[in-house]
Amino acid sequence: MPSLKDLKNRIASVKATQKITKAMKMVAAAKLRRAQEAAEAARPYAERMNKVLAGLSAANAGNAEAPLLLSGTGKDQVHLLIVATGERGLAGGFNSSIIRMARDHALKLLAQGKTVKILTVGRKGNDILRRSFRENIVDYVTFREVKSLGFAQADEVAHKVLALFNAGEFDVATLFYARFQSVIAQVPTASQIIPAKFETTGTADASSALYEYEPSEEEILEDLLPKNIAVQIFRALLENNASFYGAQMSAMDNATRNAGDMINKLTLSYNRQRQAQITKELIEIISGAEAL
Amino acid sequence: MADAFNFELVSPERLLVSEKVSEVVIPATLGEMTVLVNHAPTMTTIKPGVVTVKLASGQVNKYVVFGGFADILPNSCTLLAESAVAASELTRDTLQKRIESTQADISKANGDEHKTKLEQFLAELTHLNGIVVGA
Repeated sequence: MPSLKDLKNRIASVKATQKITKAMKMVAAAKLRRAQEAAEAARPYAERMNKVLAGLSAANAGNAEAPLLLSGTGKDQVHLLIVATGERGLAGGFNSSIIRMARDHALKLLAQGKTVKILTVGRKGNDILRRSFRENIVDYVTFREVKSLGFAQADEVAHKVLALFNAGEFDVATLFYARFQSVIAQVPTASQIIPAKFETTGTADASSALYEYEPSEEEILEDLLPKNIAVQIFRALLENNASFYGAQMSAMDNATRNAGDMINKLTLSYNRQRQAQITKELIEIISGAEAL
Repeated sequence: MADAFNFELVSPERLLVSEKVSEVVIPATLGEMTVLVNHAPTMTTIKPGVVTVKLASGQVNKYVVFGGFADILPNSCTLLAESAVAASELTRDTLQKRIESTQADISKANGDEHKTKLEQFLAELTHLNGIVVGA
């Protein structure tokens, strides 16, 4: 049985923790709003890019000379997994759910006899995947010092991916990130970025036939495909960022509530014990008086 | 107004402009082109340069873009720029930074074709530096 003094100290320390988690929740909420706005602002660009490329790639389908980024290398022996996680922890199951998904995927591919290469974006993913896939990790990008996520960062990742691709280091690239569904729901998602896949809409092919291309269609396609990789990565990073703050916010909210519960419980037993002690002292006094 | 059409300037980070305009001058890779209403559907890549937008109200705005492409339809024009800023917000520093990073890329680049492309990009940037900062 802890003494009164111990209980008092516990309550004080839990209260301090609660203050911290509460502050973190507020910060995460503010950052979440900004991250969400950034993700929304990026949407028109990605959508239009997708529309244009869907049209172009539909026109180029079946073309034997189509760029490799579109048609793939024709093999699927070497897989590159780009795993985007947060830079920090304290966000509930956010990082581990992405990592679990990536790890399952990697193990499945390895079981099929394929070669797996991993590029991690974000410190947390690197720390954890390093334990089980040390020799598979080819590169590691961190944005720890970066204050606000910009297109330049996505471009940096895209450059690395494209350099690997052009050097023939892998055949298929898959991007792992958490899609932001709502503040409480973040869905770990895998999306294939090389060879490129597009959500084709029926209208896109019809209108693309009428276009004049300056310079030629192939040149534009060749120019756009690498850009598209950067855009896809950018979008994933923004979604991931928003998801991270969402997860952190709900994790901190839970922590604050748990700390509140704990304080209640500790206060109850503190009061009970204090009461018991008073009663005990009274009994001592009364029985002492009776004995006289 | 009869001769106005929709113009949108989008960068990966945000939507900069979405307005009714009467005339847009864009720095296409194969030379500057002016887009008016009822332009033939065209898809073109753009080089770093100045986009001049004449709003339907007659006001003229200038933006500096760094590469990208434009999707032109008879009644709309969408410009997807890799990065874009209003010309008034552009400073010598940002341009200088870009020029430096391109120079760094050139020294790292392998393959002649890639190098030529980057060198061309650098030339355009330097040219842009001359116009914008000089003005």
